[in-house]
Amino acid sequence: MLKIDSVFKTFNPGTINENRVLNGISLHLEEGDFVTVIGGNGAGKSTMLNSVAGVFPVDFGTITIDGKDVTKLSEYKRASLIGRVFQDPMTGTAASMNIEDNLALAFRRGRKRTLRWGITAKERKEYRALLASLGLGLETRLSDKVGLLSGGQRQALTLLMATLVKPKILLLDEHTAALDPKTAAKVLEISDRIIKQDNLTAIMVTHNMRDAIAHGNRLIMMNKGQIILDIKGEEKNSLTVEQLLGKFAEAAGEEFTSDSAILG
Amino acid sequence: MGAIILGAISLGTLWAIMTLGVYITYKILDIADLTVEGSIATGAAVAAHFIVGGMNPWLATGIAILAGMLAGLATGLLHTKLRIPPLLAGILTMIALYSINLRIMGKSNIPLLRTNTVYTGVATAFGIADKNLSILIVGLICAFLVSVFVYWFFGTEIGSAVRATGSNPQMARAQGINTSTTINIGLVISNGLVAFSGALIAQNQSFADVQMGTGSIVIGLASLIIGEVLFAMKTNSFKRVILAVCLGAILYRVIIALVLKAGMNPNDLKLFTAITVAVCLALPVGREYFMTVTKSLKRGEK
Repeated sequence: MLKIDSVFKTFNPGTINENRVLNGISLHLEEGDFVTVIGGNGAGKSTMLNSVAGVFPVDFGTITIDGKDVTKLSEYKRASLIGRVFQDPMTGTAASMNIEDNLALAFRRGRKRTLRWGITAKERKEYRALLASLGLGLETRLSDKVGLLSGGQRQALTLLMATLVKPKILLLDEHTAALDPKTAAKVLEISDRIIKQDNLTAIMVTHNMRDAIAHGNRLIMMNKGQIILDIKGEEKNSLTVEQLLGKFAEAAGEEFTSDSAILG
Repeated sequence: MGAIILGAISLGTLWAIMTLGVYITYKILDIADLTVEGSIATGAAVAAHFIVGGMNPWLATGIAILAGMLAGLATGLLHTKLRIPPLLAGILTMIALYSINLRIMGKSNIPLLRTNTVYTGVATAFGIADKNLSILIVGLICAFLVSVFVYWFFGTEIGSAVRATGSNPQMARAQGINTSTTINIGLVISNGLVAFSGALIAQNQSFADVQMGTGSIVIGLASLIIGEVLFAMKTNSFKRVILAVCLGAILYRVIIALVLKAGMNPNDLKLFTAITVAVCLALPVGREYFMTVTKSLKRGEK
């Protein structure tokens, strides 16, 4: 479903701030794969997701989604294939627009926007039902501005928007990192449910090793712009945090350094 | 006194169209677009040029709208294609338009005395003797039609995409919206309305002048803020906001008429307007300061 082939990305090339973030990374995902991604700060996790989303052009390599080479496509053109939820709850929604407008915008992802009315009565009914399924009480607040929602509510709404039109690939970029533990668990639970229900292909970046182990069918660990560990199947199911830390030290030749990942 | 107020209200309806244009860029797109200082005069210049040439005033006004839209597109392309910051892009177009407006008019001022205008047309058609009344009728109808258009457009799929772009461009792109296109659409519509307003104002004041745009962005902002603060503080309804913007433009004209009547030197008008806008924009800061001061005073008393 997704093929990342030897992708390189260097930020600020030729300057004192030169930073090679992706170092010939390759990753192939089958349909229905749910991959969790862990790695220290600066490992290139977010950059990998952003290069799939087309936020910037990559320096080298190709990215193929569902057999389509998207390497040269701009961000908004790729959007029809991709659903995204971001780390910052502010990023995924338009705060000054109301809940139903946000959903209606997402519903038209990948379609031609015309001079027809921006939302129909039929859609409104569907949105109400979908919001009710989140269990956050949003179904009665369709005309409330999204800016009034809490971080967790906004992430849940963004998740709904990202999957309203079934994406070929769902990118979750530390989407629970800014939330309190209870809300984070709730949003993770909703993510899991939607991914299973729609049999989505997904990549979830997380700082939390426990979450990375508990979710998905495959776990990769990144370091210095490359994948240094790729664990799937039975091995992933029986994995523990201690084993993971050991494997990291083995593969990277150094101790894992992100405290929050260990303690979280 | 009644005639002064009536005159101010009818002028206000013409400025309401311009204020709706400023609303689109400043509030919806979140861009302070200085193109308007040039495009309002462009609207006036184009309309005056064709009216003096004997064209039907409505047709001339229509061409003025197209000219304004073109000016908006110029700013939009400078910003989206050449990546020039929007404020600077607007300034560049504004400066360029000064020369272009002089080219259109061939001189710095075209008088529209004893020519047909949209107002004389309406006055003869309906047998209205009072000039201000015919201006009011034309102004109200035009402002109403523009309001309906703005309400309709920003409710459509494309209009929603423009709103999303102003609210959160990153989210808009993630939802498949070409934000360059939507920014251009917003600027084109906005400056089309501003030029429309300029064409109507020129026919109202019986001349087009290359200087007439100076300070218009501040007048637009003042009208916008007055309207929002007084009529749309606690509403989510877009209809209500549009109405508030129009009322703000009218009220601004009435206030100006009254302070002039009270004896203010017309040369001080722009200073007065600038201070009004600065005070209104500073209201949240003032409120915060006032609240902390009262809080600490109360604490001191204990």
